[in-house]
Amino acid sequence: MAPPRGAAAPAERELLSAGDVARTIARMAHQVIEKTALDGAGGTDGPAEPPPPPVLLGIPTRGTPLAHRLAARIEEFSGVAVPAGALDVTLYRDDLRRKPTRPLEETDVPGGGIDDRVVILVDDVLFSGRTIRSALDALSDHGRPRAVQLAVLVDRGHRELPIRADYVGKNVPTSRTEEVSVLLAETDGRDAVLIRGQ
Amino acid sequence: MTDILITGARPYGEGDPVDVLVADGVIAEIGERGAVRAPESAEVLDAAGQVLLPGLVDLHTHLREPGREDTETIETGSRAAALGGYTSVFAMANTDPVADNALVTGHVLRRGREVGLVDVHPVGAVTVGLAGERLAEMGTMATDEAGVRMFSDDGRCVFDPLLMRRALEYSTALGVVIAQHAEEPRLTDGAQAHEGERASRLGYAGWPASAEESIVARDCVLARHAGARLHVCHVSTTGTVDVLSWAKGLGVDVSAEVTPHHLLLTDERLETYDPVNKVNPPLRAERDTERLRQALADGVLDCVATDHAPHAEQDKSCEWDAARPGMLGLQTALSIVAHTMERSGLLDWRGVARVMSERPAEIAGLPDQGRPLAVGEPANLALVDPDAEWTVRGAELASVAGNTPYEGMRLPAVVTATLLRGRLTAREGKID
Amino acid sequence: MRHLLTTDGLGRDEATAVLDTADELKRTLLGREVRKLPTLRGRTVITMFYENSTRTRVSFEIAGKWMSADVINVSAGGSSVGKGESLRDTALTLSAAGADCVIVRHPASGAPHRLSGWLADTRTSVVNAGDGMHEHPTQALLDAATLRERLGGIEGRRIGIVGDVLHSRVARSNVHLLTTLGAEVVLVAPPTLLPHGVDQWPVTTAFDVDSQLPGLDAVMMLRVQAERMRGAFFPSAREYSIAYGLSEKRLAMLPEHAVVLHPGPMLRGMEIASPVADSPRAAITDQVANGVHVRMAVLYHLLAGDGDHHG
Repeated sequence: MAPPRGAAAPAERELLSAGDVARTIARMAHQVIEKTALDGAGGTDGPAEPPPPPVLLGIPTRGTPLAHRLAARIEEFSGVAVPAGALDVTLYRDDLRRKPTRPLEETDVPGGGIDDRVVILVDDVLFSGRTIRSALDALSDHGRPRAVQLAVLVDRGHRELPIRADYVGKNVPTSRTEEVSVLLAETDGRDAVLIRGQ
Repeated sequence: MTDILITGARPYGEGDPVDVLVADGVIAEIGERGAVRAPESAEVLDAAGQVLLPGLVDLHTHLREPGREDTETIETGSRAAALGGYTSVFAMANTDPVADNALVTGHVLRRGREVGLVDVHPVGAVTVGLAGERLAEMGTMATDEAGVRMFSDDGRCVFDPLLMRRALEYSTALGVVIAQHAEEPRLTDGAQAHEGERASRLGYAGWPASAEESIVARDCVLARHAGARLHVCHVSTTGTVDVLSWAKGLGVDVSAEVTPHHLLLTDERLETYDPVNKVNPPLRAERDTERLRQALADGVLDCVATDHAPHAEQDKSCEWDAARPGMLGLQTALSIVAHTMERSGLLDWRGVARVMSERPAEIAGLPDQGRPLAVGEPANLALVDPDAEWTVRGAELASVAGNTPYEGMRLPAVVTATLLRGRLTAREGKID
Repeated sequence: MRHLLTTDGLGRDEATAVLDTADELKRTLLGREVRKLPTLRGRTVITMFYENSTRTRVSFEIAGKWMSADVINVSAGGSSVGKGESLRDTALTLSAAGADCVIVRHPASGAPHRLSGWLADTRTSVVNAGDGMHEHPTQALLDAATLRERLGGIEGRRIGIVGDVLHSRVARSNVHLLTTLGAEVVLVAPPTLLPHGVDQWPVTTAFDVDSQLPGLDAVMMLRVQAERMRGAFFPSAREYSIAYGLSEKRLAMLPEHAVVLHPGPMLRGMEIASPVADSPRAAITDQVANGVHVRMAVLYHLLAGDGDHHG
């Protein structure tokens, strides 16, 4: 998860501009369409009806608007409406006792539910993988998806768990001490990805 | 007995410093500094800058012996009294067994004499077992060796009006005084704290001022009717001051005491729920403490009495409702009076002598206490450094119990020496 | 938050945070088959009830269990104030045995406050589940949650609290919380059941119910124990019920949108008529359901963080 924006830190650098963010999301949308066969290219058996579209669940805070943007692009490119919602993982975190009490954020599972659907978790930054582990636990309390995939805008490495993303906007090699911040118009007033520190 | 020469003290804090020679238990000579000749063997107390007062008299103290020696004994209570400047204390009757017979009052008197630090006068119970049902043998207690001067069911109110009437009437033949703990029990059923906004908000069952005032008013009427003397214990409310003022105006022979804690502390203490502040009658509102101070200065309230009430740690280290009411007072009384009355300009040191020594001795009919600081008078004396300050630590007080509400407070006025009939009982904070 | 002892002094932001968490928990759990969150795994919560109250104790127990805390009920029902082991010793024992949170119901006002003092050097949190005539903060929070849900908000709403205000910890906690959240509160009771000094509270008072009803957005009926008659607080249950009971006729005097609350247990026919208690205008079962979510939220705010941050 992106750290909160602090006071002016040394050596802040823009990794992605607003235009880069838009192009990256569009590219990820194409990848999702391809991988989940929304374009009808997946089957040769000529199924009677197409599989239900995937459900995008953003992990608050910034995963939620990302999921909605991704869903909008997917619908734009494929013509298929993809439900998007939010999955707060706070109650499932394993590091609650290390920090002050956090407020809960919204969980919004779209009406159709997630049973037997492909769920794509959407987050801004993939780092240790612990948030995604929490999300997998949370997800299992909401139902039993057919498959779970992961989409992240930035993968900065340093995984502490055996977790990898299915869709990556940008791979960014970082040192542990650096901070990667994703800014989105919905939450921060503008789109950008910044990196701070050595 | 060694003669004692007190040098440089100011009697009642007035006039030029003088030297006072104490010999054979009396004040032998008072003269200008350096003018009093003492024998070589005399012990000299350098009292420069200090105030000389008659030894203090406490009409209301709980020494807990017999029965609760885990909280106080006649010996430890006597030490506390001597260190507090007292030369005479009245030990309340609510011991176990109750001091409702001459056996118990005689025991208390004798133990007090054995300890020898302060005159311990037993208070006799008005009713058998403090049960408020039939009179205790007041005559026997009054005429026996203890010579009981004061009777009280303190802690409980003699609330049956007929019984109170008879007690008052009966007392007139004995020349004793009935001291009433004024608390209408029906109005204080389950009561925990002064009935006011604070208690309401904090959920304490209210102890209404009217429960005290209605009994005081009734007793004044009964005392007038009986032609008897009445003493009102620990007055705590503005309304009681009004009632006393009215009764005294009518010529009722009534006297009244106020405790140091009711002069200083208020129901603000309820916020902590710490039962060290639980006391009966309860700590009242700010306006009550102000009125009590004024009434003490005006003489509507006659004297200060400590209601010194030691309690075991487990009886205070609990939830409020389960705690016993009462707080220590003997060693802090003079400082609290200095703080609330003398420093505030309401009383000078002569006034302090009046309310802490002379009037209580008169009320109890003690011939050798509360006497003038004059040649030939018994040398019951207290020396006070009015400018010194000290910090109260419950654990350092002489009482077995440590339940002081003044813990950690810095208070003015330090008792530097106490003399009982010419003998040093306490000096520089230590028992002599 | 280290302890929850009162709503007196609970800030608007803090109270709102707890209510928001409760809302979120309610949404999260809605329609789920498995109502279990792993949030408080490994945390030990002890309920210590010195007064019988099945409903409150069970509500806390469910709240703790749905958060995966280990919940242990210490039955103290038989012990009376000042008897047996001291409250202090009991608290220190439970804390030493590993309690992260002690939830206490006690007949003495201030008992939870005392507990928090004795446990100051430990990491154990204290929740007041009702102390004497003082406070019952989680009841007020669940009432506020219910009012937010039913009325869409609390700011500017006019809430009547009717009945035995004098002895009611529910009334005290609600006065503080609802006024903090911007409501106008009117206390309605006979003079004998209004606390001394109530004129200094941030409320208005009235002796007459009927004149108040048309202006209320909600009315909270307090339980009136018949044994109060012995203290001469009112002449008879019948007269009380006629003067202050929420009858169907009085229900009709409330505005359409107004909601009826009762902290329970109800004395049907005394302070509330049976058809009123069962009417859709009554939110009494909502209160019970919200009670679990609010208590989960309280446990979350007390126990989920690192405990070193107050507020």
